[in-house]
Amino acid sequence: MGWVTAIGLLSGLSAGFLYAPRDAVQGNVQRIMYLHVPSVLTAYLAFGVVFLASLAYLFSQRSRWDRLAAASAEVGVVFTGLTLVSGSVWGKPTWGTWWTWDARLTTTALLFLIYVSYLLVRGMVEDRERAARFSAVVGIIGAIDVPIIHFSVQWFRTLHQPATLLRPQAPTMDATMVFTLLLNVGAFILFYIYLTRMRLHLTQLEERT
Amino acid sequence: MYLRRAWAVFWKDSLVERRSKEMANGLFFFAFLLLFLFHFALGPDRARIEMAFPGLLWLGFLLTGLLGLGRTFLGERENDCLEGLVLAPGDKSAIYLGKVAGGVVLMLLLQVFLLLLFTVFYNLEMRKVLPGLAFVGALGAIGFAAVGSLFAAITAQVRARELLFPLLLLPVVIPLLLGAVAATGELVQSHSLSAARHWLALLAGADLIYLTTGLLTFEFILEA
Repeated sequence: MGWVTAIGLLSGLSAGFLYAPRDAVQGNVQRIMYLHVPSVLTAYLAFGVVFLASLAYLFSQRSRWDRLAAASAEVGVVFTGLTLVSGSVWGKPTWGTWWTWDARLTTTALLFLIYVSYLLVRGMVEDRERAARFSAVVGIIGAIDVPIIHFSVQWFRTLHQPATLLRPQAPTMDATMVFTLLLNVGAFILFYIYLTRMRLHLTQLEERT
Repeated sequence: MYLRRAWAVFWKDSLVERRSKEMANGLFFFAFLLLFLFHFALGPDRARIEMAFPGLLWLGFLLTGLLGLGRTFLGERENDCLEGLVLAPGDKSAIYLGKVAGGVVLMLLLQVFLLLLFTVFYNLEMRKVLPGLAFVGALGAIGFAAVGSLFAAITAQVRARELLFPLLLLPVVIPLLLGAVAATGELVQSHSLSAARHWLALLAGADLIYLTTGLLTFEFILEA
């Protein structure tokens, strides 16, 4: 599993730098997309897993669902952080600013905050079962909240200033670019599964001691 | 029967509060202090305060509510009251409903008080916007109390609850704050809520979602 992931990531990386063509408008900066888009998709996947595992834990009371939710949330927070940082690095040369209060950016940042507080609840409650139940409820509310946040922020921005000014037109993508992107998305999902499994294994070792 | 149990919880809490006045006094004083802080932060310029009024009103409301709602379950920790609640027969969500009702009443009282303070100290004209504001305020209060009570139940058992409660609550109430501020701003500008209809829909939708989630998950928290 680890080797497959490593090969996947390496080939994704080399495809991003060597195979995919240079973007005509943005230049080499555009290659950040091969990191940015896969990480945000993986983060969504991870938080989706948190939501489902939290529901499953509340219904079944089996601690393996709780462990899965915890591991997935941790990995998801890392990928969301990666998304924010890579987007920021891309935004500086392209939009001329590290950060703007655009709807999507704000939603992602709030997503990050919600799941950081999810991890905080876990850390602050000593009793294991209690921590599991509390964080399951927080995980469910967090996931349900995402569409509400998305809509409210979207309206907030569009009412006050058109986001189209800040957002570049979606370029029609070259086929090699699409291929590179998909390759990277696949590699990142493998990476996510690998990390979550490692984290689960680690939790099991911790519990044994 | 279900509603009667919710009513019992609500009645008990309001009776305790009416006799001790522990929370109300502190919160009203806190709201008063906030107004002074806003004044010094923004300076004496009246136009500036008028412009910032929707945001300031809801910020003041959010901060006072944060203190108030965080205490929702603290009283239950004494004399094993929490155990009594767990042992009470029937659906546990009735307890949650009673707590939310208490929270909504507290929030509404705070809103009236804050509005009064704003009118007097910043010399704002409120009469025209009052009915609309009451509506927006009620929608905001319900959603705020719904998530607030749920997270208060979670954090009541945690050692670092003063820290954890706002950390949990604030990201989740941001849509409510956005909707309420936008609707209030619209109200102040045009004296009508018709342009803010989608915001009201968002507030109502968020209220409904938060309340339903709370009713469904409260049992798991109480019995943990």
